[in-house]
Amino acid sequence: MTPLLEVRDLRVGFPTGRGAIHPVDGVSFTLDRGRTLAVVGESGSGKSLTALALLRLVPSPGVIEPGSMVRLGDQVLTELDERAMRAVRGGRIGMVFQDPMTSLNPVFTAGDQIAEAVRAHRKVTAREARDRALALLEEVGMPAPERRLDEYPHQLSGGMRQRVMIAIALAAEPELLIADEPTTALDVTVQAQILELLDALRAKRGMAVLLITHDLGVVAGRADDVAVMYAGQIVESAPTAQLFAAPAHPYTQGLFASIPTLHGERGRLTPIPGVVPPPDQWPSGCRFAPRCAFRFEKSSEPPPLLPAGPGQLARCWLHAEQPA
Amino acid sequence: MAWSKPVGRAGLLLLGALALVAVFGPMALPDPAAQGDLLAESLRPPGEGHLFGTDQLSRDVFSRVASGLRLSLTLGVLAAMLAVTLGTLIGLVAGTWGGAIDAVLMRLVDALLAIPRLFVLLLALAVWDRIPLPALVLLLGLTGWYGTSRLVRGEARRLHREEFVRAAEALGSGRWRIAFRHLLPNVAGPVLVAATLGIGDVMLLEAGLSFLGLGVRPPTPSLGGMIQESRSVFATAPWTSIFPGVAIVLAVLAVNLVGDALREALDPRSA
Repeated sequence: MTPLLEVRDLRVGFPTGRGAIHPVDGVSFTLDRGRTLAVVGESGSGKSLTALALLRLVPSPGVIEPGSMVRLGDQVLTELDERAMRAVRGGRIGMVFQDPMTSLNPVFTAGDQIAEAVRAHRKVTAREARDRALALLEEVGMPAPERRLDEYPHQLSGGMRQRVMIAIALAAEPELLIADEPTTALDVTVQAQILELLDALRAKRGMAVLLITHDLGVVAGRADDVAVMYAGQIVESAPTAQLFAAPAHPYTQGLFASIPTLHGERGRLTPIPGVVPPPDQWPSGCRFAPRCAFRFEKSSEPPPLLPAGPGQLARCWLHAEQPA
Repeated sequence: MAWSKPVGRAGLLLLGALALVAVFGPMALPDPAAQGDLLAESLRPPGEGHLFGTDQLSRDVFSRVASGLRLSLTLGVLAAMLAVTLGTLIGLVAGTWGGAIDAVLMRLVDALLAIPRLFVLLLALAVWDRIPLPALVLLLGLTGWYGTSRLVRGEARRLHREEFVRAAEALGSGRWRIAFRHLLPNVAGPVLVAATLGIGDVMLLEAGLSFLGLGVRPPTPSLGGMIQESRSVFATAPWTSIFPGVAIVLAVLAVNLVGDALREALDPRSA
């Protein structure tokens, strides 16, 4: 079976005074129906821009470079005209944003906004759209959905708003749901509920979910596969269990070392020294090398993704030495 | 909205009273153009029969004020509606599209703002004698939208950066849909305020133009024209100019009070 979503060599360029920079620089992955892929990375790693590029909504003056390919089912999105692309947005791909405080229109009720999303892609009457909105609110587990239908965003809690946002994203029965940091702006107790909801909806509808997060804790137990991004590239990809059991890239290892745990040894957290360099200062060799404790001579050349374990790839020369 | 503030309530009550006079006054009162006995009835002071007295041509001042008010309010509302519609449309397009379209439209506005409105009006009215009312509405409307377009454009640019616009795009909304479904309702508040204050502007302009003998011509009663016609008898019969003058002041004051109260009610920072 061919995967639902195939992304090959996705590059997003922004022109600057000193030539173009590429905050997303050659990203490739696939995602099957009914599965969840988590894209993990720090701020500035290019993970959110990757999500926007799938919808061809790269903020101006950025462009998706020729040679990039995004295929969803039978449509090659990178070749569609703008009109056809609009039908894909919200139609075949739904998107949930980070901050439900600002991603809902403040002047419309929750019901109106869901109904609007229904009518944007389906020819239905206002009455049918409203019934559909109510059904969607029930589906996303909104408490007292009839009442919420006529409430404005400012009357809802953060978790409720995110449920409304998810209902909007689901309005046209998308095959792929992109969730960009869907729980970052929420209380910890609500985070788990929203993640469980997304997982339940994926299972029920057979959707594919692309979960973008900076939080490895969000990934555990919810994603089937993980792609770790650093400086515009995927530096490691693996099935979730494999990644958690044996992280192969020094950056991924560093991420795990910097997570506080409730159990295990109570040592000091080990932060990764330094920050993600901005796109115009990426090293020509391995992009993680300046922050890496394991760098060696070979790090001055750009490493390819190398096999590091079962289903696991890591963009690190350390894995070139091991017999595959 | 405006009702919740004392200032707004006063403005609305005053405006309501003036509107009643403007709408029903001309029906109940004597014909504003009817001339009585020129010798016996001319320049009668306010009193029985004529609440506001009569003018040189022995016409009833109250019914002329009511007719002038009707004209003034009609002109103000229609011209302000036209101006605000045009300004909102242009501002919304500039703010939503941005880039070259925004630059061209806003430079056009800059250029138009450099031409004084009164100058354009005087020129047009000097050329076009006995201008019909619809043309006057058009003229006042077409010269009054620049400010609104800048206001709406600024609001639209600001809102366009909000995440709910990104969300709308991600759900397949095109630019027109974003402009009219998502941004327009969010700028409705400032637009409403601009429209209300615009009515007052147009009323003052009309009064000024009529006073200068341009705009609405006699015998059609207009408040500015009445003051102009009775200049010569002001010393002996002040009621002929005071009543139309007070009507202008009260009408513009009422509109501005409502506008200010709306602004306060709709501005989240002052809530």
